[in-house]
Amino acid sequence: MDLIANHITHRFGELAVLDDVSFTVSAGEVVAIVGPSGCGKSTLLSILGGLLLPSSGAAELRGAPPADSLNPLTFVFQDFALLPWATVEENVEFALLHTQLSPAQRRAQVGDALRRTGLTDFRTAYPKQLSGGMRQRVGISRALAVRPAILLMDEPLSALDSQTRELLMEDFVGLLADGGMGAVYVTHNLEEAARLADRIVVLSRRPGRIREVVTIPMTRAERGEPAAREKLLMLQNQIWSLIRNEAIDAEREVQHA
Amino acid sequence: MLDRATQAETLAKDVVTRPVRFRGAGFVPASSRFGGWVALALVIAMWQIAGSARLVNPLFLPAPSAIARAIYELAISGALWQHLSASLLRIGIGWLVGTAAGVAVGFAIGLSRLARSVGITFISALFPIPKIALLPLLILWLGIGEEPKIATIALGVFFSTAISVYSGVDAVPRNLIRMAQSFNVPFATIVRKVIWPGALPSILAGFRITASVALLLVVSAEMIGAQFGIGAFVLQAGNLMQTDQLLAGVVILSVFGLAVGKVINWLETRLLHWR
Repeated sequence: MDLIANHITHRFGELAVLDDVSFTVSAGEVVAIVGPSGCGKSTLLSILGGLLLPSSGAAELRGAPPADSLNPLTFVFQDFALLPWATVEENVEFALLHTQLSPAQRRAQVGDALRRTGLTDFRTAYPKQLSGGMRQRVGISRALAVRPAILLMDEPLSALDSQTRELLMEDFVGLLADGGMGAVYVTHNLEEAARLADRIVVLSRRPGRIREVVTIPMTRAERGEPAAREKLLMLQNQIWSLIRNEAIDAEREVQHA
Repeated sequence: MLDRATQAETLAKDVVTRPVRFRGAGFVPASSRFGGWVALALVIAMWQIAGSARLVNPLFLPAPSAIARAIYELAISGALWQHLSASLLRIGIGWLVGTAAGVAVGFAIGLSRLARSVGITFISALFPIPKIALLPLLILWLGIGEEPKIATIALGVFFSTAISVYSGVDAVPRNLIRMAQSFNVPFATIVRKVIWPGALPSILAGFRITASVALLLVVSAEMIGAQFGIGAFVLQAGNLMQTDQLLAGVVILSVFGLAVGKVINWLETRLLHWR
Protein backbone atom coordinates (compact mmCIF):
# COMPACT_ATOMS: atom_id res chain seq x y z
CA MET A 1 0.00 0.00 0.00
CA ASP A 2 1.35 3.41 -1.02
CA LEU A 3 0.59 6.71 0.72
CA ILE A 4 0.37 9.71 -1.56
CA ALA A 5 0.54 13.40 -0.68
CA ASN A 6 -1.33 14.86 -3.63
CA HIS A 7 -0.80 18.63 -4.02
CA ILE A 8 -1.48 19.29 -0.35
CA THR A 9 -1.94 22.94 0.60
CA HIS A 10 -3.04 24.05 4.02
CA ARG A 11 -3.84 27.32 5.75
CA PHE A 12 -4.76 28.05 9.37
CA GLY A 13 -6.97 31.09 8.77
CA GLU A 14 -4.71 33.69 7.15
CA LEU A 15 -1.57 31.71 7.85
CA ALA A 16 -0.38 29.63 4.91
CA VAL A 17 1.34 26.53 6.32
CA LEU A 18 1.81 24.15 3.40
CA ASP A 19 1.96 24.92 -0.29
CA ASP A 20 1.40 22.26 -2.93
CA VAL A 21 3.27 19.37 -1.33
CA SER A 22 3.31 16.16 -3.34
CA PHE A 23 5.23 12.94 -2.82
CA THR A 24 4.60 9.22 -2.53
CA VAL A 25 5.60 6.80 0.21
CA SER A 26 5.82 3.39 -1.40
CA ALA A 27 5.09 0.17 0.49
CA GLY A 28 7.88 -0.57 2.94
CA GLU A 29 9.65 2.73 2.27
CA VAL A 30 10.78 5.11 5.02
CA VAL A 31 10.47 8.78 4.12
CA ALA A 32 11.77 11.44 6.50
CA ILE A 33 10.41 14.97 6.42
CA VAL A 34 12.77 17.68 7.58
CA GLY A 35 12.66 21.45 7.45
CA PRO A 36 12.94 24.59 9.56
CA SER A 37 10.73 25.11 12.64
CA GLY A 38 7.15 25.95 11.74
CA CYS A 39 7.41 24.74 8.15
CA GLY A 40 4.35 22.51 8.54
CA LYS A 41 5.98 19.10 9.04
CA SER A 42 3.61 17.99 11.79
CA THR A 43 0.63 19.53 9.99
CA LEU A 44 1.56 17.52 6.91
CA LEU A 45 1.75 14.33 8.99
CA SER A 46 -1.68 15.03 10.53
CA ILE A 47 -3.10 15.48 7.03
CA LEU A 48 -1.44 12.29 5.79
CA GLY A 49 -2.87 10.38 8.78
CA GLY A 50 -6.40 11.72 8.35
CA LEU A 51 -6.43 13.80 11.53
CA LEU A 52 -6.64 17.11 9.65
CA LEU A 53 -8.40 18.05 6.42
CA PRO A 54 -6.18 19.99 4.02
CA SER A 55 -7.36 23.30 2.56
CA SER A 56 -6.77 21.77 -0.86
CA GLY A 57 -5.21 18.64 -2.25
CA ALA A 58 -5.55 15.27 -0.58
CA ALA A 59 -3.85 12.40 1.21
CA GLU A 60 -4.52 9.22 -0.77
CA LEU A 61 -3.87 5.50 -0.46
CA ARG A 62 -3.01 3.28 -3.41
CA GLY A 63 -3.32 -0.47 -3.19
CA ALA A 64 -4.68 -2.71 -0.46
CA PRO A 65 -3.19 -2.74 3.03
CA PRO A 66 -1.76 -6.03 4.38
CA ALA A 67 -4.56 -8.45 5.24
CA ASP A 68 -3.72 -8.54 8.96
CA SER A 69 -3.42 -4.77 9.35
CA LEU A 70 -6.01 -3.36 11.75
CA ASN A 71 -4.97 0.27 11.26
CA PRO A 72 -2.86 0.74 8.13
CA LEU A 73 -1.82 4.32 9.01
CA THR A 74 -0.72 4.41 12.63
CA PHE A 75 0.77 7.32 14.55
CA VAL A 76 3.63 7.33 17.01
CA PHE A 77 3.35 10.63 18.88
CA GLN A 78 6.04 12.99 20.07
CA ASP A 79 4.45 13.26 23.52
CA PHE A 80 3.67 9.51 23.62
CA ALA A 81 -0.11 10.14 24.12
CA LEU A 82 -0.47 7.42 26.74
CA LEU A 83 -3.54 7.11 28.93
CA PRO A 84 -2.15 7.90 32.40
CA TRP A 85 -4.88 5.89 34.14
CA ALA A 86 -4.12 2.73 32.17
CA THR A 87 -1.30 0.26 32.64
CA VAL A 88 1.22 -0.45 29.89
CA GLU A 89 -0.80 -3.49 28.83
CA GLU A 90 -4.09 -1.58 28.87
CA ASN A 91 -2.56 1.25 26.85
CA VAL A 92 -1.48 -1.17 24.16
CA GLU A 93 -4.78 -3.05 24.27
CA PHE A 94 -6.69 0.23 23.95
CA ALA A 95 -5.87 0.32 20.23
CA LEU A 96 -7.50 -3.10 19.80
CA LEU A 97 -10.59 -2.81 22.01
CA HIS A 98 -12.98 -1.86 19.22
CA THR A 99 -11.68 -4.40 16.71
CA GLN A 100 -13.22 -7.75 15.85
CA LEU A 101 -10.46 -9.61 17.69
CA SER A 102 -11.52 -12.01 20.44
CA PRO A 103 -10.12 -11.32 23.94
CA ALA A 104 -7.65 -14.18 23.48
CA GLN A 105 -6.47 -12.82 20.13
CA ARG A 106 -6.18 -9.36 21.66
CA ARG A 107 -4.09 -10.67 24.51
CA ALA A 108 -1.83 -12.54 22.09
CA GLN A 109 -1.37 -9.47 19.89
CA VAL A 110 -0.67 -7.24 22.91
CA GLY A 111 1.79 -9.79 24.29
CA ASP A 112 3.59 -9.96 20.94
CA ALA A 113 3.84 -6.16 20.68
CA LEU A 114 5.12 -5.89 24.26
CA ARG A 115 7.69 -8.59 23.61
CA ARG A 116 8.96 -6.86 20.46
CA THR A 117 9.53 -3.65 22.41
CA GLY A 118 10.97 -5.30 25.52
CA LEU A 119 8.08 -4.28 27.74
CA THR A 120 6.82 -7.68 28.86
CA ASP A 121 8.12 -7.18 32.41
CA PHE A 122 6.48 -3.75 32.64
CA ARG A 123 2.98 -4.73 31.52
CA THR A 124 1.35 -3.78 34.84
CA ALA A 125 3.24 -0.49 35.29
CA TYR A 126 1.56 2.89 34.87
CA PRO A 127 3.05 5.52 32.53
CA LYS A 128 4.09 7.74 35.46
CA GLN A 129 6.30 4.90 36.70
CA LEU A 130 8.22 4.72 33.42
CA SER A 131 11.08 6.77 31.99
CA GLY A 132 10.55 8.82 28.83
CA GLY A 133 12.17 6.15 26.69
CA MET A 134 10.01 3.40 28.13
CA ARG A 135 6.90 5.52 27.61
CA GLN A 136 7.76 5.95 23.96
CA ARG A 137 8.32 2.20 23.76
CA VAL A 138 4.72 1.80 24.98
CA GLY A 139 3.64 4.18 22.19
CA ILE A 140 5.58 2.09 19.67
CA SER A 141 4.20 -1.13 21.13
CA ARG A 142 0.64 0.21 20.80
CA ALA A 143 1.37 1.11 17.18
CA LEU A 144 2.81 -2.33 16.43
CA ALA A 145 -0.19 -4.08 18.02
CA VAL A 146 -2.45 -2.93 15.17
CA ARG A 147 0.01 -4.21 12.54
CA PRO A 148 0.38 -0.96 10.60
CA ALA A 149 1.37 -0.73 6.95
CA ILE A 150 2.86 2.73 7.46
CA LEU A 151 3.97 4.28 10.73
CA LEU A 152 3.45 8.03 10.97
CA MET A 153 6.08 9.21 13.45
CA ASP A 154 5.94 12.81 14.64
CA GLU A 155 9.35 13.59 16.14
CA PRO A 156 9.12 10.45 18.26
CA LEU A 157 12.54 10.93 19.87
CA SER A 158 12.61 14.69 20.39
CA ALA A 159 11.37 14.54 24.00
CA LEU A 160 14.08 12.06 25.00
CA ASP A 161 17.67 12.36 26.16
CA SER A 162 20.45 11.53 23.72
CA GLN A 163 21.25 8.06 25.13
CA THR A 164 17.60 6.99 25.05
CA ARG A 165 17.30 8.44 21.54
CA GLU A 166 20.20 6.29 20.43
CA LEU A 167 18.65 3.15 21.93
CA LEU A 168 15.25 3.81 20.39
CA MET A 169 16.83 4.63 17.03
CA GLU A 170 18.39 1.16 17.13
CA ASP A 171 14.91 -0.22 17.87
CA PHE A 172 13.43 1.64 14.90
CA VAL A 173 16.17 0.34 12.61
CA GLY A 174 15.39 -3.18 13.82
CA LEU A 175 11.62 -2.80 13.39
CA LEU A 176 11.94 -1.43 9.87
CA ALA A 177 14.69 -3.85 8.84
CA ASP A 178 12.55 -6.40 7.01
CA GLY A 179 10.87 -3.76 4.82
CA GLY A 180 7.41 -5.02 5.72
CA MET A 181 6.41 -1.72 7.26
CA GLY A 182 6.88 1.75 5.82
CA ALA A 183 7.12 5.01 7.73
CA VAL A 184 6.86 8.74 7.45
CA TYR A 185 9.31 10.16 9.96
CA VAL A 186 9.02 13.85 10.84
CA THR A 187 12.12 15.17 12.56
CA HIS A 188 14.33 18.18 13.21
CA ASN A 189 17.27 15.87 13.60
CA LEU A 190 19.15 15.35 10.33
CA GLU A 191 21.20 12.49 11.79
CA GLU A 192 18.02 10.56 12.64
CA ALA A 193 16.68 11.24 9.16
CA ALA A 194 19.88 10.06 7.50
CA ARG A 195 20.08 6.90 9.60
CA LEU A 196 16.49 5.81 9.13
CA ALA A 197 15.09 7.11 5.87
CA ASP A 198 15.27 5.79 2.34
CA ARG A 199 14.42 9.29 1.12
CA ILE A 200 14.42 12.65 2.85
CA VAL A 201 11.87 15.28 1.85
CA VAL A 202 13.28 18.72 2.63
CA LEU A 203 10.65 21.39 3.17
CA SER A 204 11.21 25.13 2.87
CA ARG A 205 10.22 27.53 5.64
CA ARG A 206 6.55 28.42 5.99
CA PRO A 207 4.58 27.94 3.85
CA GLY A 208 6.30 24.57 3.47
CA ARG A 209 7.11 23.59 -0.10
CA ILE A 210 9.29 20.70 -1.18
CA ARG A 211 12.79 22.10 -1.72
CA GLU A 212 14.48 18.85 -2.45
CA VAL A 213 14.07 15.11 -2.11
CA VAL A 214 17.33 13.44 -1.13
CA THR A 215 17.72 9.70 -1.67
CA ILE A 216 20.06 7.88 0.72
CA PRO A 217 22.22 5.71 -1.51
CA MET A 218 22.70 2.78 0.88
CA THR A 219 20.67 0.28 2.85
CA ARG A 220 19.93 0.83 6.53
CA ALA A 221 22.14 -2.14 7.39
CA GLU A 222 25.08 -0.55 5.54
CA ARG A 223 24.65 2.70 7.46
CA GLY A 224 25.84 1.07 10.66
CA GLU A 225 29.27 0.38 9.13
CA PRO A 226 32.15 2.77 9.82
CA ALA A 227 32.77 3.39 6.10
CA ALA A 228 29.26 4.75 5.67
CA ARG A 229 29.60 7.37 8.42
CA GLU A 230 31.50 9.87 6.31
CA LYS A 231 29.04 9.54 3.46
CA LEU A 232 26.09 10.05 5.80
CA LEU A 233 27.77 13.07 7.37
CA MET A 234 28.24 14.58 3.92
CA LEU A 235 24.56 14.02 3.20
CA GLN A 236 23.58 15.67 6.47
CA ASN A 237 25.81 18.64 5.66
CA GLN A 238 24.25 18.85 2.21
CA ILE A 239 20.73 18.93 3.72
CA TRP A 240 21.80 21.34 6.43
CA SER A 241 23.17 23.74 3.82
CA LEU A 242 19.75 23.62 2.16
CA ILE A 243 17.87 24.64 5.28
CA ARG A 244 20.41 26.52 7.39
CA ASN A 245 19.53 30.06 6.33
CA GLU A 246 15.83 29.35 6.47
CA ALA A 247 16.21 27.75 9.91
CA ILE A 248 17.89 30.96 11.12
CA ASP A 249 15.07 33.06 9.61
CA ALA A 250 12.45 30.74 11.12
CA GLU A 251 14.07 30.98 14.55
CA ARG A 252 14.06 34.78 14.39
CA GLU A 253 10.45 34.69 13.27
CA VAL A 254 9.53 32.56 16.28
CA GLN A 255 11.41 34.88 18.62
CA HIS A 256 9.59 37.91 17.23
CA ALA A 257 6.19 36.24 17.30
CA MET B 1 52.10 22.87 38.27
CA LEU B 2 53.04 21.01 41.40
CA ASP B 3 54.57 24.15 42.83
CA ARG B 4 51.42 26.10 42.16
CA ALA B 5 49.29 23.40 43.82
CA THR B 6 51.54 23.31 46.87
CA GLN B 7 51.43 27.09 47.04
CA ALA B 8 47.62 27.07 46.87
CA GLU B 9 47.45 24.43 49.62
CA THR B 10 49.72 26.49 51.86
CA LEU B 11 47.62 29.57 51.26
CA ALA B 12 44.44 27.60 51.98
CA LYS B 13 45.79 26.48 55.35
CA ASP B 14 46.20 30.11 56.42
CA VAL B 15 42.64 31.12 55.54
CA VAL B 16 39.73 30.17 57.80
CA THR B 17 37.10 28.11 55.99
CA ARG B 18 33.40 28.55 56.54
CA PRO B 19 30.41 26.54 55.28
CA VAL B 20 28.26 27.89 52.45
CA ARG B 21 25.18 29.38 54.08
CA PHE B 22 22.03 27.30 53.39
CA ARG B 23 19.49 29.51 51.66
CA GLY B 24 16.97 26.96 50.45
CA ALA B 25 14.75 26.71 53.54
CA GLY B 26 11.02 27.36 53.62
CA PHE B 27 8.26 27.54 51.01
CA VAL B 28 7.65 23.79 51.32
CA PRO B 29 4.68 23.64 53.71
CA ALA B 30 4.13 20.11 54.94
CA SER B 31 1.38 19.31 57.42
CA SER B 32 2.20 16.99 60.28
CA ARG B 33 -0.07 14.00 60.71
CA PHE B 34 -1.29 14.76 64.22
CA GLY B 35 -0.71 18.52 64.38
CA GLY B 36 -4.27 19.40 63.41
CA TRP B 37 -5.82 16.98 65.91
CA VAL B 38 -3.57 18.22 68.71
CA ALA B 39 -4.52 21.84 67.94
CA LEU B 40 -8.22 20.92 67.88
CA ALA B 41 -7.90 19.06 71.18
CA LEU B 42 -6.13 22.06 72.71
CA VAL B 43 -8.87 24.48 71.60
CA ILE B 44 -11.59 22.16 72.96
CA ALA B 45 -9.68 21.76 76.24
CA MET B 46 -9.32 25.54 76.64
CA TRP B 47 -12.98 25.98 75.77
CA GLN B 48 -13.92 23.35 78.37
CA ILE B 49 -11.72 25.00 81.02
CA ALA B 50 -13.24 28.40 80.26
CA GLY B 51 -16.74 26.89 80.50
CA SER B 52 -16.05 24.98 83.74
CA ALA B 53 -14.48 28.04 85.34
CA ARG B 54 -17.56 30.08 84.37
CA LEU B 55 -15.36 32.49 82.39
CA VAL B 56 -18.04 32.48 79.66
CA ASN B 57 -21.78 32.48 80.09
CA PRO B 58 -23.02 28.94 79.19
CA LEU B 59 -26.14 30.47 77.68
CA PHE B 60 -24.00 32.09 74.96
CA LEU B 61 -21.31 29.44 74.68
CA PRO B 62 -21.97 26.11 76.42
CA ALA B 63 -18.94 23.98 77.28
CA PRO B 64 -18.00 21.05 75.01
CA SER B 65 -19.10 18.59 77.71
CA ALA B 66 -22.60 20.17 77.69
CA ILE B 67 -22.74 19.85 73.90
CA ALA B 68 -21.61 16.22 74.12
CA ARG B 69 -24.29 15.58 76.73
CA ALA B 70 -26.91 17.21 74.48
CA ILE B 71 -25.86 14.97 71.58
CA TYR B 72 -26.03 11.90 73.82
CA GLU B 73 -29.51 12.82 75.04
CA LEU B 74 -30.65 13.49 71.48
CA ALA B 75 -29.35 10.08 70.45
CA ILE B 76 -31.01 8.31 73.41
CA SER B 77 -34.34 10.01 72.84
CA GLY B 78 -34.35 9.11 69.14
CA ALA B 79 -34.74 12.77 68.10
CA LEU B 80 -31.25 12.79 66.59
CA TRP B 81 -32.12 9.99 64.12
CA GLN B 82 -35.46 11.60 63.33
CA HIS B 83 -33.83 14.89 62.38
CA LEU B 84 -30.74 13.34 60.83
CA SER B 85 -32.68 10.86 58.68
CA ALA B 86 -34.95 13.63 57.38
CA SER B 87 -31.92 15.74 56.38
CA LEU B 88 -30.03 12.79 54.92
CA LEU B 89 -32.99 11.77 52.79
CA ARG B 90 -33.34 15.29 51.38
CA ILE B 91 -29.60 15.64 50.76
CA GLY B 92 -29.35 12.15 49.27
CA ILE B 93 -32.19 12.51 46.80
CA GLY B 94 -31.43 16.16 45.97
CA TRP B 95 -27.72 15.47 45.47
CA LEU B 96 -28.32 12.40 43.31
CA VAL B 97 -30.88 14.14 41.09
CA GLY B 98 -28.74 17.28 40.76
CA THR B 99 -25.58 15.26 40.12
CA ALA B 100 -27.19 13.01 37.49
CA ALA B 101 -28.59 16.01 35.62
CA GLY B 102 -25.36 17.99 36.06
CA VAL B 103 -23.18 15.15 34.74
CA ALA B 104 -25.48 14.65 31.71
CA VAL B 105 -25.64 18.37 30.89
CA GLY B 106 -21.93 18.87 31.62
CA PHE B 107 -20.97 16.09 29.20
CA ALA B 108 -23.37 17.43 26.58
CA ILE B 109 -21.79 20.90 26.88
CA GLY B 110 -18.31 19.40 26.79
CA LEU B 111 -18.99 17.30 23.70
CA SER B 112 -21.58 19.09 21.57
CA ARG B 113 -21.24 22.47 19.92
CA LEU B 114 -25.02 23.11 20.04
CA ALA B 115 -25.32 22.10 23.70
CA ARG B 116 -22.30 24.29 24.53
CA SER B 117 -23.72 27.37 22.82
CA VAL B 118 -27.09 27.02 24.54
CA GLY B 119 -25.99 25.47 27.84
CA ILE B 120 -23.21 27.87 28.80
CA THR B 121 -25.51 30.88 28.26
CA PHE B 122 -28.16 29.44 30.58
CA ILE B 123 -25.67 28.26 33.17
CA SER B 124 -23.89 31.62 33.22
CA ALA B 125 -27.23 33.38 33.72
CA LEU B 126 -28.66 31.04 36.36
CA PHE B 127 -25.60 29.87 38.30
CA PRO B 128 -25.10 33.10 40.31
CA ILE B 129 -28.69 33.07 41.67
CA PRO B 130 -28.69 31.95 45.33
CA LYS B 131 -30.82 28.85 45.00
CA ILE B 132 -32.42 29.29 48.40
CA ALA B 133 -34.08 32.42 46.98
CA LEU B 134 -36.02 30.13 44.66
CA LEU B 135 -37.48 28.07 47.52
CA PRO B 136 -40.67 30.18 47.87
CA LEU B 137 -41.26 29.86 44.13
CA LEU B 138 -40.60 26.12 44.29
CA ILE B 139 -43.08 25.83 47.20
CA LEU B 140 -45.66 27.56 44.98
CA TRP B 141 -44.95 25.16 42.15
CA LEU B 142 -44.46 21.92 44.09
CA GLY B 143 -46.40 22.39 47.36
CA ILE B 144 -45.23 22.44 50.97
CA GLY B 145 -43.90 18.84 51.18
CA GLU B 146 -40.43 17.48 50.61
CA GLU B 147 -40.33 18.29 46.90
CA PRO B 148 -39.38 22.00 47.05
CA LYS B 149 -36.56 21.31 49.54
CA ILE B 150 -35.19 18.49 47.43
CA ALA B 151 -35.56 20.59 44.27
CA THR B 152 -33.63 23.47 45.89
CA ILE B 153 -30.77 21.11 46.75
CA ALA B 154 -30.88 19.51 43.29
CA LEU B 155 -30.72 22.93 41.62
CA GLY B 156 -27.75 24.01 43.73
CA VAL B 157 -25.92 20.76 43.02
CA PHE B 158 -26.83 20.73 39.33
CA PHE B 159 -25.10 23.97 38.34
CA SER B 160 -21.83 23.30 40.19
CA THR B 161 -21.74 19.74 38.84
CA ALA B 162 -22.43 20.80 35.25
CA ILE B 163 -19.64 23.40 35.44
CA SER B 164 -17.12 21.00 36.95
CA VAL B 165 -18.01 18.28 34.42
CA TYR B 166 -17.67 20.41 31.30
CA SER B 167 -14.51 22.03 32.68
CA GLY B 168 -13.18 18.52 33.25
CA VAL B 169 -14.11 17.44 29.72
CA ASP B 170 -12.43 20.57 28.33
CA ALA B 171 -9.30 19.77 30.35
CA VAL B 172 -8.86 16.27 28.88
CA PRO B 173 -5.65 16.53 26.81
CA ARG B 174 -6.60 16.79 23.14
CA ASN B 175 -3.62 14.66 22.18
CA LEU B 176 -5.27 11.67 23.90
CA ILE B 177 -8.46 12.19 21.90
CA ARG B 178 -6.47 12.54 18.66
CA MET B 179 -4.57 9.38 19.58
CA ALA B 180 -7.83 7.49 20.03
CA GLN B 181 -9.18 8.85 16.75
CA SER B 182 -5.98 7.82 15.00
CA PHE B 183 -6.78 4.22 15.99
CA ASN B 184 -10.37 4.60 14.69
CA VAL B 185 -11.76 4.21 18.22
CA PRO B 186 -15.54 4.91 18.10
CA PHE B 187 -16.98 8.05 19.69
CA ALA B 188 -18.72 6.20 22.56
CA THR B 189 -15.50 4.36 23.46
CA ILE B 190 -13.52 7.60 23.40
CA VAL B 191 -16.06 9.11 25.81
CA ARG B 192 -15.98 6.05 28.08
CA LYS B 193 -12.28 5.26 27.98
CA VAL B 194 -10.63 8.64 27.46
CA ILE B 195 -12.91 11.54 28.33
CA TRP B 196 -14.63 10.08 31.40
CA PRO B 197 -11.42 9.06 33.23
CA GLY B 198 -9.70 12.23 32.05
CA ALA B 199 -12.49 14.41 33.43
CA LEU B 200 -12.84 12.41 36.66
CA PRO B 201 -10.43 14.52 38.77
CA SER B 202 -12.48 17.62 38.01
CA ILE B 203 -15.76 15.75 38.53
CA LEU B 204 -14.66 14.49 41.96
CA ALA B 205 -13.46 17.97 42.91
CA GLY B 206 -16.96 19.12 41.90
CA PHE B 207 -18.50 16.46 44.18
CA ARG B 208 -16.58 17.94 47.09
CA ILE B 209 -18.10 21.35 46.37
CA THR B 210 -21.61 20.06 45.69
CA ALA B 211 -21.63 18.07 48.95
CA SER B 212 -21.02 21.34 50.81
CA VAL B 213 -23.63 23.13 48.68
CA ALA B 214 -26.16 20.38 49.45
CA LEU B 215 -25.46 20.64 53.19
CA LEU B 216 -25.80 24.42 53.11
CA LEU B 217 -29.05 24.27 51.17
CA VAL B 218 -30.66 21.52 53.25
CA VAL B 219 -30.06 23.51 56.44
CA SER B 220 -31.35 26.71 54.84
CA ALA B 221 -34.41 25.01 53.37
CA GLU B 222 -35.21 23.26 56.66
CA MET B 223 -34.92 26.56 58.50
CA ILE B 224 -37.48 28.09 56.17
CA GLY B 225 -40.08 25.38 56.26
CA ALA B 226 -39.65 21.98 57.90
CA GLN B 227 -40.72 20.21 61.05
CA PHE B 228 -37.84 17.74 61.07
CA GLY B 229 -34.26 17.98 59.91
CA ILE B 230 -31.02 19.30 61.39
CA GLY B 231 -31.73 22.80 60.05
CA ALA B 232 -35.18 22.85 61.66
CA PHE B 233 -33.71 21.47 64.88
CA VAL B 234 -30.98 24.14 65.03
CA LEU B 235 -33.49 26.93 64.37
CA GLN B 236 -35.88 25.58 67.00
CA ALA B 237 -33.09 25.29 69.58
CA GLY B 238 -32.01 28.86 68.81
CA ASN B 239 -35.55 30.15 69.26
CA LEU B 240 -35.74 28.41 72.66
CA MET B 241 -32.25 29.65 73.67
CA GLN B 242 -31.13 26.00 74.02
CA THR B 243 -27.61 26.79 72.88
CA ASP B 244 -26.22 23.38 73.90
CA GLN B 245 -28.73 21.74 71.55
CA LEU B 246 -28.09 24.37 68.88
CA LEU B 247 -24.36 23.64 68.98
CA ALA B 248 -25.09 19.91 69.10
CA GLY B 249 -26.82 20.39 65.73
CA VAL B 250 -23.83 22.38 64.44
CA VAL B 251 -21.44 19.63 65.56
CA ILE B 252 -23.56 17.01 63.82
CA LEU B 253 -23.44 19.08 60.61
CA SER B 254 -19.69 19.40 60.95
CA VAL B 255 -19.28 15.65 61.45
CA PHE B 256 -21.51 15.02 58.45
CA GLY B 257 -19.38 17.37 56.32
CA LEU B 258 -16.21 15.64 57.51
CA ALA B 259 -17.67 12.22 56.74
CA VAL B 260 -18.60 13.29 53.21
CA GLY B 261 -15.07 14.67 52.75
CA LYS B 262 -13.64 11.32 53.88
CA VAL B 263 -15.87 9.44 51.42
CA ILE B 264 -14.66 11.69 48.58
CA ASN B 265 -11.05 11.22 49.69
CA TRP B 266 -11.60 7.47 49.58
CA LEU B 267 -13.17 7.73 46.12
CA GLU B 268 -10.22 9.81 44.91
CA THR B 269 -7.76 7.27 46.29
CA ARG B 270 -9.62 4.42 44.60
CA LEU B 271 -10.38 6.07 41.27
CA LEU B 272 -7.43 8.42 40.82
CA HIS B 273 -4.64 6.16 42.06
CA TRP B 274 -2.86 6.68 38.75
CA ARG B 275 -2.10 10.35 39.48
